[in-house]
Amino acid sequence: MLTAVLAGFFVSILLIPFGKYLKNRLSVLLVLLPALLFGYFAGFIPAVSAGNPVYSHHAWVPSAGINLDFHLDGLSLLFCLLITGIGTLVYIYAVAYMKGHPYLDRFFAYLSIFMAAMLGVVLSDNVLLLFIFWELTSISSFFLIGFNNDNADSRKSSITALAITAGGGFLLMAGLILAGYLSDTHSIREMILSNAILKSHSLYGLVLLLVFAGAFTKSAQFPFHFWLPGAMKAPTPVSAYLHSATMVKAGIYLLARLFPVLGGTDYWTVPLVIIGGCTMLLGAIISIFKKDLKEILAYSTISALGVLVFLIGVGTEAALTAAAVFILVHALYKATLFLVTGIIDHETQTRDISQLSGLRKLMLPVAIAGALAALSSAGIPLTLGFIGKDLIYEATLHTKLNFLFILTAIAVITNIFLVSAGFLAGIKPFTGSLPERLSGVHLPHWFMWMPPLILAFLGILFGSFPGWVGTSVLQPAAAAITNNTAGSPLKIWHGFNLVLLLSAVTIVSGTLLYLFKKTTAASSYPLLSAISAEKTFKRMGDYVKGFSTWYSNTMHNGFLRSYLLRIIIFAVLLLAYRVINGEPLEISLARISTISIYEIVVAGILIAAVYMTVTSTSRLTAVVGTSVIGYCICLMFVFYSAPDLAMTQFTIDTLTLVLFVFVLFRLPPFLNFANSKVRLRDGIVSTSFGVLIGIIALQALNEPIQTDISKFYGENAYTMAKGRNVVNVILVDFRGMDTMFEIVVLSIAALGVFSLINLRLKSSEKE
Amino acid sequence: MKSIILKTATEYLLPILLLFSIFILLRGHYYPGGGFVGGLIASIAFVLHSFTHGVNSTLRLLPVHPSGLVPFGLVLSATSMLLPLMAGKPAMTGLWIEEPIPVIGMIGSALFFDIGVYFLVIGVVLTILFSIFQYSE
Repeated sequence: MLTAVLAGFFVSILLIPFGKYLKNRLSVLLVLLPALLFGYFAGFIPAVSAGNPVYSHHAWVPSAGINLDFHLDGLSLLFCLLITGIGTLVYIYAVAYMKGHPYLDRFFAYLSIFMAAMLGVVLSDNVLLLFIFWELTSISSFFLIGFNNDNADSRKSSITALAITAGGGFLLMAGLILAGYLSDTHSIREMILSNAILKSHSLYGLVLLLVFAGAFTKSAQFPFHFWLPGAMKAPTPVSAYLHSATMVKAGIYLLARLFPVLGGTDYWTVPLVIIGGCTMLLGAIISIFKKDLKEILAYSTISALGVLVFLIGVGTEAALTAAAVFILVHALYKATLFLVTGIIDHETQTRDISQLSGLRKLMLPVAIAGALAALSSAGIPLTLGFIGKDLIYEATLHTKLNFLFILTAIAVITNIFLVSAGFLAGIKPFTGSLPERLSGVHLPHWFMWMPPLILAFLGILFGSFPGWVGTSVLQPAAAAITNNTAGSPLKIWHGFNLVLLLSAVTIVSGTLLYLFKKTTAASSYPLLSAISAEKTFKRMGDYVKGFSTWYSNTMHNGFLRSYLLRIIIFAVLLLAYRVINGEPLEISLARISTISIYEIVVAGILIAAVYMTVTSTSRLTAVVGTSVIGYCICLMFVFYSAPDLAMTQFTIDTLTLVLFVFVLFRLPPFLNFANSKVRLRDGIVSTSFGVLIGIIALQALNEPIQTDISKFYGENAYTMAKGRNVVNVILVDFRGMDTMFEIVVLSIAALGVFSLINLRLKSSEKE
Repeated sequence: MKSIILKTATEYLLPILLLFSIFILLRGHYYPGGGFVGGLIASIAFVLHSFTHGVNSTLRLLPVHPSGLVPFGLVLSATSMLLPLMAGKPAMTGLWIEEPIPVIGMIGSALFFDIGVYFLVIGVVLTILFSIFQYSE
């Protein structure tokens, strides 16, 4: 299973060297990736539907509790099949849609990374692993939204999407770590067993808050919904795949997955029902006022995600079954509608519904796909949407919650608007008379119209024979959410009851709304734009930008001296605070070893050199003065028997001197002396720093010296590492890993200097 | 610099300093010394040469540009760090040849690690200094 999850990453790595050969029709080969994965996961259907989940375990970082634990149960399987199945069709579609794009290889690489990450999210049993994959989906979504990176709008949208989803991911990480800490395991399966501890813990509310933040941002719930319409700047296959069928459902998946762990309490139900309810109502209403096809679909997707959050919030068995069914329903019809929109956009260069009509005469298969999807979205009998809608009404009518009437009303109103939105997107562009302008349009390559047609037919097929997909995939999925072994079978016909009546009301009102609503301009709802969270978010972004501009201008002015000054002042304040508030000062001279005549002489030279450096009027003298100081310190090292340190310090000082001398040649000959005020300030700062360090050094003598460490090295250097020079043994053996990273840092520094200076050389050569 | 004495002296100092740096490198495991100091001494030898003969003639002395020594040293160190993994031991375990080799002494993976550091330090120091020298010329 590990191979299956990571296959997408391998493919995208292979695309780096081989991608350029796949620019033409050969890119069809890439379809094999999702297709094979789909076959692989479909092979698990019998086992999983019989109630035998599949586990796979690989140790990764066992000491930190992070293992590659994968767990394929009904819920995971439903998502895996959606990801790979719709993935296959989207890959086929994209081959034709993106044909001739210069960065085709890059596109498929991002898409494959996304698919692998998404599979990882839905299969991970370890919460930390889940988080890693979760973030990978955010990142790949960022690259895909900003795929047309020469367009300022797409860049902006991708950054907004990343800021929101990654910000939520950050909170989610905190929530998952906290949940793992409280239940003492990182495995979701084990968390389910100990869910009582979690739910009764005083931090339960905080865990919920953090997990909700992650789920709501990812699944575009109000008030974080606005990144999703912006994400539609991505190429249409991406919108269909990531931002409607799979990635945005990661938040839903998370809530469903954690339902047995955290769910069922009032703290779980109330926020989800309220937020989900708001989102579904708001999204549905806004969607029918939009004119851009993709925006209509984006808002109706937001609404559908709201429905799912709402259902998981309600949390009865009927509601969770309805959620499982609706995930499939929505993925099928919404992906179809997106792909249809993509075809319309690709062929007519417009997505404005007020300009589109009569396209059925030119692209009949596309029109059929759109119409079937619209019918499924409306919930006409014999479509899967009908079953989904019935289940939703059943769920809202049979809850133990209060306000049952209001909940049902909200669901009905939402669905009325969704019916209308579905008709707008799936039927409106194809009906009516064909405008002159569009007469040159023709049917695209079958790679493009076949996938939506297949998806639309599946919606009808599953709707007409619900038992088939129900027992194999949907019931196990619902059972996995409820943590129950049995799920109730799906039925087309519930008899004449209230649910059927509500369904009929929904369809009729939705159709009427579609027929009689004029396509008004989008600006006719000032109330909605006034409470728009998007504006708040943008304003926040502007504040952050303003602050960072101010901060960089004042704190990072480019003068080394001001950096040094600030660093030292900060250190002085911190140390002084600690010295004054810390333990009482106690400096005993008794511990200081006897001072030899050599040391007095060297200290004398040192003081003279300091004086020379500070007072000299020539740069060269000052530099030589600092080198003398350095050499004096080296001598001190020699006196106190640290030959290795002294040797290194000597050579370093020499090299620094040489470097200084060379650089000094470049500087103008005349010195600009700082005025006495500045010199006084610098003097005070440096003196206080020196005095403080002195005090601390003297006080450190009072501490009993810890000899354990040096003893360990002294005793083991020869026996374990066969070396007598302890310093060097530490460097190359005991702490060799540190040395390794240090030399990596050195290399990076050299690379930096080299490239910066040579860049300057080249640009000055150009002049 | 135009000093004839210095110029003549560096002709002899360069090989002597280089030998000395290798000596410092090899004795590092038992007495003061090691790859880092050895590398610095070797760099000083080259810097001294470039002082009197100019950077370009020093670069001509070197078979590769000093920046090439950086990845070489890094790879050598990393290899000797990871080599124990092949022997089924944790990374960074010291592997040693049983018998000492004349002149050089005991040979183990730590020595190659140190040699890597030696080359890397030469590469880093000379890359930085020569870049600045050439820029200021």
